[in-house]
Amino acid sequence: MSALVIRGGHLIDPAAGVDGLKDLLLKAGHVAEIASPGKLKQTNGANGMDAAVLDATGLTVAPGLIDMHVHLREPGQGYKETIATGTAAAAAGGFTGVAAMPNTRPVNDSPEITRWMQSADRGAAIRVFPIAAATRGSKGEAINDFAALKSAGAVAVSDDGLPILKDGIMRETLAAAARVGLSVIQHAEDTRMTQGASMNAGPTAFRLGLRGWPNEAESSIVERDIRLVQELRDARAHLHVAHTSTAAALSAVRQARRNGLRVTCEVAPHHFLLTDEHVGLYNTNAKMCPPLRSAADRDAMIEAILDGVVDAIATDHAPHAVHEKEVEFENAPNGITGLETALGLSLRWLHKEWKLPLGRVLSLLSAQPAALLNLKGRGTLTVGSFADVVVFDPKAEWTYRARDTRSKSRNTPFDGWTMQGKVRWTISEGCVVYESA
Amino acid sequence: MNAAATPARRQLHPPPVPASPFPYHPGSLLSASDLSLDEISQILTRSTALENQDPLTRDRILAKRRVALLFYESSTRTRTSFELAAKGLGADTTLVSSLSSSIEKGESLKDTGLTLRALGAEAIILRHNSSGAPWLLEAETRLPVLNAGDGMHEHPTQALLDLRTILAHLRPGVETVTTETLTGVTITIVGDILHSRVARSNMLLLPRLGARVLLCGPKELLPELAAQTGPRIIIERNFEAALRQSQAVMMLRIQAERLAGLQLDLEEYKANYQLTGQRLATQAPAAIVMHPGPIIRGLEVTAGVADGPQSVILEQVKNGVAIRMAVVERALAGDAQGGRA
Repeated sequence: MSALVIRGGHLIDPAAGVDGLKDLLLKAGHVAEIASPGKLKQTNGANGMDAAVLDATGLTVAPGLIDMHVHLREPGQGYKETIATGTAAAAAGGFTGVAAMPNTRPVNDSPEITRWMQSADRGAAIRVFPIAAATRGSKGEAINDFAALKSAGAVAVSDDGLPILKDGIMRETLAAAARVGLSVIQHAEDTRMTQGASMNAGPTAFRLGLRGWPNEAESSIVERDIRLVQELRDARAHLHVAHTSTAAALSAVRQARRNGLRVTCEVAPHHFLLTDEHVGLYNTNAKMCPPLRSAADRDAMIEAILDGVVDAIATDHAPHAVHEKEVEFENAPNGITGLETALGLSLRWLHKEWKLPLGRVLSLLSAQPAALLNLKGRGTLTVGSFADVVVFDPKAEWTYRARDTRSKSRNTPFDGWTMQGKVRWTISEGCVVYESA
Repeated sequence: MNAAATPARRQLHPPPVPASPFPYHPGSLLSASDLSLDEISQILTRSTALENQDPLTRDRILAKRRVALLFYESSTRTRTSFELAAKGLGADTTLVSSLSSSIEKGESLKDTGLTLRALGAEAIILRHNSSGAPWLLEAETRLPVLNAGDGMHEHPTQALLDLRTILAHLRPGVETVTTETLTGVTITIVGDILHSRVARSNMLLLPRLGARVLLCGPKELLPELAAQTGPRIIIERNFEAALRQSQAVMMLRIQAERLAGLQLDLEEYKANYQLTGQRLATQAPAAIVMHPGPIIRGLEVTAGVADGPQSVILEQVKNGVAIRMAVVERALAGDAQGGRA
């Protein structure tokens, strides 16, 4: 069995409270030993083993990143992305685990598709954790068999791309998911308020002659869902709000937590960095759902991340083919890619600009999402946990070039942006799956 | 609105909005805001010169140059006047409309534009039902693109011909405009502002010359945030009060095709916002009455007002040809191809 030593790096493992120079021995896909530099016992002396060595001097070693919200487009839309290309992009971005949303073709609402997505035949570079559809075909009418989906490997349920709109169905979903210990991830959008909308409602939408998407379309669903969680509090229902984009939704989450409810949320890098003005003159790579919001909303995202109200940074990686985005703004599909830019943007802005400690940035990108999805042995690097590791140079600045992406698609608003923190190696269960020059 | 629920603890210095790369071609006219006051003055001056020029010499200016008209929406005035303008300068024009072309078969705007360019089009005049389409076409073809109306967004040549009409009546003889040319002038735009590209282009143009623009209409068709579009734009929902302040009043059609399910009580609308002879005579007996067309007689204006002495609606149409000659000439200026010296 191959073994790997990561030598001389600075280990930051927020979940374990480790922040210092450490050597790591990875063996059989797990962390076998952690020791002060040069002190690994199992590689010393007579019973020393034949281990490959990665020299991480001057680099940060951290638990592999976990993205709890991606669209890998398989099955059904392999021209946008495949599980192989999406996970290759993820590995390049320092991720060792991604949770794949079920809005595939067909919708992942069955144990068969859930297993198919995890099959070795898909050629994934890293672990794929399917999130299964909450309702049949994600139509919001009849809930799926969550126990069967969970035993097939589903880590949560969601109708992402669409909301679970009906009160009764959402209530039933929360209760049924709680019974089998799964989280419900809500795409909070009251679609009755967003018909024909293609960007955030406000002065910019008016000026551009585009129909606007009101903040209330998000916050009203979050508030409704929190009321349901309150009603189901004895069942310990867990609501997770996907891609939170409005200050009002964050306020609702903050209040729910004060009331002791299991309500969590994620924010995407584009929502803590960009505003609706970044749509510019109809840049379809700044079109996504939920849309880029006002500066006040964007600032609220930053504050909530710094305050600790936000539980995870998730990319909502949503690849679309070039020809799908080279169209009239109103006709362009929603979504941008994000796996290769999440770490670089988070370090450049949250850490460097807004002074969020490195350990907390990494926790939002690994330990916390792993905990939200109940991924045992992930998001931390204690002995016995999975050997999912990212090694990066925290100081290195570099420029992201969409044309160099490993994704099949290049629909990003961050082309040409300066990133901080260059991934040197990504290691998934003991295997190097990405290495930069 | 809870947007301010979390007050910023510090100055955040978030990433800036990058500068716009548009227009790619100096001959393009995508937005009324793209034009400097000098450029507006030049267009006005050239409009008059071209209008007065002998048609037999005028048609040598763009002789055999190729201009494509690409129309995704029906149009009478704009299409005909652009076509007459281009032909009046001697250009060859070709009309591609969505109902009689490969657009019906699913060809994209990008491919349609590239095809027209390959066929020798040197400029494209685009009317499109989707806001922003001219920006896409310009980015993909890098040809001069003239926006002949995009969705609910802009219609810059309409704003220029409206300006020419306003100047002819309120500032006769003035063709060189400054930030004070229309100081003291109030223009009221009435009706379906929300869906109107004419309103947006005029809101971007007229205040830059010092005019005050009053917007008048019901909440469903005129959201409060319309006033944030620029300086000197004011919402006045009382039609009579707006009329009393106005030297020009611009009536708009209710755009039934863009209402997207919105239900309007037309009788109530007429009661509040129809320009009747009575309203005009009592509140604005000296104002000019404008309308970009098409007019729905008996809805936003009565027939008597449309045909009355204060109406300059047909003058606007006539000015459209002059303005569009100048704009088409500008599109192809300094970009001579083929046998043209």
